[in-house]
Amino acid sequence: MSDHILEMRSITKTFPGVKALSDVTLSVERGEVHAICGENGAGKSTLMKVLSGVYPAGEYDGEIVFDGQVVSFGGIRDSEHAGVVIIHQELALVPYLSIAENIFLGSEKRGRLGLIDWNLANAEAGKLLRSVGLDENPVTPVGQLGVGKQQLVEIAKALSKDVKLLILDEPTAALNDTDSAHLLGLIRGLKDQGITSIIISHKLNEIDAIADHTTIIRDGQTVETLDMADPDVTVDRIIRGMVGRALDSYYPERESHPGEEVLRVEGWTVKHPSQDRLVVDHASFDVRAGEVVGIAGLMGAGRTELAMSIFGRSYGTFVEGKIFLHGRETKARSVAEAIDAGIAYATEDRKKYGLNLIDDIARNNSAAALDKLSTRGFVDANEETKVAEEGRRSMNIKAPTVKSIVGKLSGGNQQKVVLSKWLLTDPDVLILDEPTRGIDVGAKYEIYTIINKLVAAGKAVVVISSELPELLGICDRVYTLSAGRITGQVPVAEATQERLMTLMTQEKELVG
Amino acid sequence: MTRSVGPTSEPQADDATKAKDVAPAAALGVGTSDIRTLLTRNLRTSGIYIAFVVVVALFAIITGGTSLSPGNITNIILQYSYILILAIGMVIVIIAGHIDLSVGSVVAVTGAVSAVLVIRHDQPWWVGVLAALAVGLLIGAWHGFWVAFVGIPAFIVTLAGMLLFRGLTLQVLDNVSLSPFTPEYGKIASGFSNGLLGGNGFDAFTLLIFAVAVVAYGYSQFRTRLARIRYNQPVPSFPLFVAQVVVVAAVVMAFAYQLATARGLPYVLVILAVLIMVYGVVTKRTVFGRQVYAIGGNLAAATLSGVKVKAVNFWIFVNMGFLAAVAGVVFSSRSNGAQPGAGNSFELDAIAAAFIGGAAVTGGVGTVVGAMVGGLLVGVMSNGMQLLGIDQSIQSMVKGLVLLLAVAFDVYNKRRAGGR
Repeated sequence: MSDHILEMRSITKTFPGVKALSDVTLSVERGEVHAICGENGAGKSTLMKVLSGVYPAGEYDGEIVFDGQVVSFGGIRDSEHAGVVIIHQELALVPYLSIAENIFLGSEKRGRLGLIDWNLANAEAGKLLRSVGLDENPVTPVGQLGVGKQQLVEIAKALSKDVKLLILDEPTAALNDTDSAHLLGLIRGLKDQGITSIIISHKLNEIDAIADHTTIIRDGQTVETLDMADPDVTVDRIIRGMVGRALDSYYPERESHPGEEVLRVEGWTVKHPSQDRLVVDHASFDVRAGEVVGIAGLMGAGRTELAMSIFGRSYGTFVEGKIFLHGRETKARSVAEAIDAGIAYATEDRKKYGLNLIDDIARNNSAAALDKLSTRGFVDANEETKVAEEGRRSMNIKAPTVKSIVGKLSGGNQQKVVLSKWLLTDPDVLILDEPTRGIDVGAKYEIYTIINKLVAAGKAVVVISSELPELLGICDRVYTLSAGRITGQVPVAEATQERLMTLMTQEKELVG
Repeated sequence: MTRSVGPTSEPQADDATKAKDVAPAAALGVGTSDIRTLLTRNLRTSGIYIAFVVVVALFAIITGGTSLSPGNITNIILQYSYILILAIGMVIVIIAGHIDLSVGSVVAVTGAVSAVLVIRHDQPWWVGVLAALAVGLLIGAWHGFWVAFVGIPAFIVTLAGMLLFRGLTLQVLDNVSLSPFTPEYGKIASGFSNGLLGGNGFDAFTLLIFAVAVVAYGYSQFRTRLARIRYNQPVPSFPLFVAQVVVVAAVVMAFAYQLATARGLPYVLVILAVLIMVYGVVTKRTVFGRQVYAIGGNLAAATLSGVKVKAVNFWIFVNMGFLAAVAGVVFSSRSNGAQPGAGNSFELDAIAAAFIGGAAVTGGVGTVVGAMVGGLLVGVMSNGMQLLGIDQSIQSMVKGLVLLLAVAFDVYNKRRAGGR
């Protein structure tokens, strides 16, 4: 029997109302690279947070055996002390501090009188940088490095802590091909030094290239652990494991009669606002009146970025591309112009970007359509209340009155306020970004019903979703997006989850 | 093409939630509300009014009625008018999530410009006023440019402005005070309309003006009520509505009588009343006002709703500059000259007024009327303590504690309400 550095047994973690992990088991052999795969929201990150002590012992059920001992971490400090280091997708570096300062943040190299010995720290940092193949001066501020190099600094920081088990959450999501290849090479190098790695990734080619075993998690449960040395285990085999979910939700019926083309996007290309990489890469798609078109993509594929950049260039730096509405090119450069042109965008994060939570339903409802409710700059408050009341009734928003504060409503009702708000602008095309995220089954059904009503009234609707069954349930066509590029277009009658997932994970060939 | 995908589970949550929500909707639906819901509906906004009434009553009792004497009421108005004018602009700045530290210096520099023209160059009073207002608008545009278009935090921009325009005041005045103004200029802040219609120991004209105002108030309230009924919205029951109007009318007329038996109707009160009404409408009923609240409440959501954030921020500061200039004119008129140190720490009084009046530190919340009551609360307290001969040092400490407690109350309320 092989030597296991980590065994997580029957891990169950519940959040109020949701079972995020249910009886999950994970065994990692000493010195291997172990990949974890699963759809967005499958529970991968939650599992890693349990392991690293972000959710301390007692907040979950089950047993963790690390290095032969049952452990119960009370926090990240405990887990790091034991040799488990996690590198999150959002890097946790302080941009204004130097590389050395970041590496030793929290475990400063002290000399006499308890003061920090910077010579020692910089020298040590230099050694660590060489071991990860990063040729930078340790006193350089981290903010001056690119994302790829910052990732390496994170790894150097992990190495400074005598790491035994390194967890990398989506390490290559923000990297270009060269940096990704370098990082994967480094992980192989660490393996040769005897450091075990767990890598969470959506990029199945990468996993195929470096992992020894792959554990698939779906809906908070372990599906299987595959031995990557087995010739039968291919990318397709992993995909089958990831999506093998039954279509267990209910979608309202709809007659589909697509009409004229409403929105057409051609060669849309957008750069990251601060980094030199394309987030949306020559994307083209179209939507017709009375049609629901889905956009499927994994985390980091550029779904939200695509939608927001179309919506009055509210994301990133425009590079090139054209938008046609009803066949006529529109050059909306601001949100106000996009709204006037007939585009509406309901954000994936309604609390952060969609609603003024401290204000009431009526005022949130009218926020994007004040022009329609005012004469000569004066808002007609009674008219505003009336349309809000109509919205509340037609959307079935459950609140005592339209003067109720939006922050106190449930997620589903907040989402209905967002929809009502955008319908008030009378758009031709609605882009709904994760319209059912974080809301319960009943409210989801209601949102689907509303979408059906909209297309019945001749609107064109684009739905961005992480849930493939949802897209298959409500769309007419689905586009797949991977690394900012549209990789396919599938009529829903011919679509399966496997086929979509294959397209969603299709990427350019790895370099090196 | 018809589609229905494997209906394996029914949306059973739907009916349960529906049933649960029927009751409150019916109870709070269309109809009339009683006095208790009227008061408790928003403790946070009514808290300041209750506090104001308590403070006024407290000082009236301690001073044996002196604090409510005709002469003293007139005094409070004259003394705090310019702070209240600043507070109108400040509360708008604060609602949008900014701050303006420069208004004290702007009061000084606009007063100085006016004094130089009127006193040194013998220009008529209105030339001084117009020049001051123009300078105020320019300064506002300067601040607005840096905040809105360059993206520098207002705290820094206006801190710089505070130093910049204090220095400019010294330059304009050549480091000396200028006084006195012409009598016409002096009337802006210390003038009264008195004896126009004659009267026996009181000014009938003042009473008439207030009576007209009260009738106009009652009429507009009635029209608002009718419009709300037409739109099927809840309104207070009719007796309650009448009681509300009668109470307001009685308080206002009592106040008017006190003024009338003192020196009559101060011009500055007219200026203040007009500003409060105009800005009350701007913040409550215009698209611009709505956008100010939206920016302060959730900047990202406002941007994604098509609000032209830069333009709105720019005009907020232009407006603040304008109102600071109005305050500058009133203050220079009242002090009958321009001093290099004029308006020192006015910004802090105006900011305190806005926060005590219920504006939120995080933005998105606040009202013009609240800021006025907040400013008056501080005014009445300071005045009362002066009447009692309490030392300046104690007064300052009390003011500080009141500000702290007011914001603590706000934070506590927000937390209790579940935060944002």
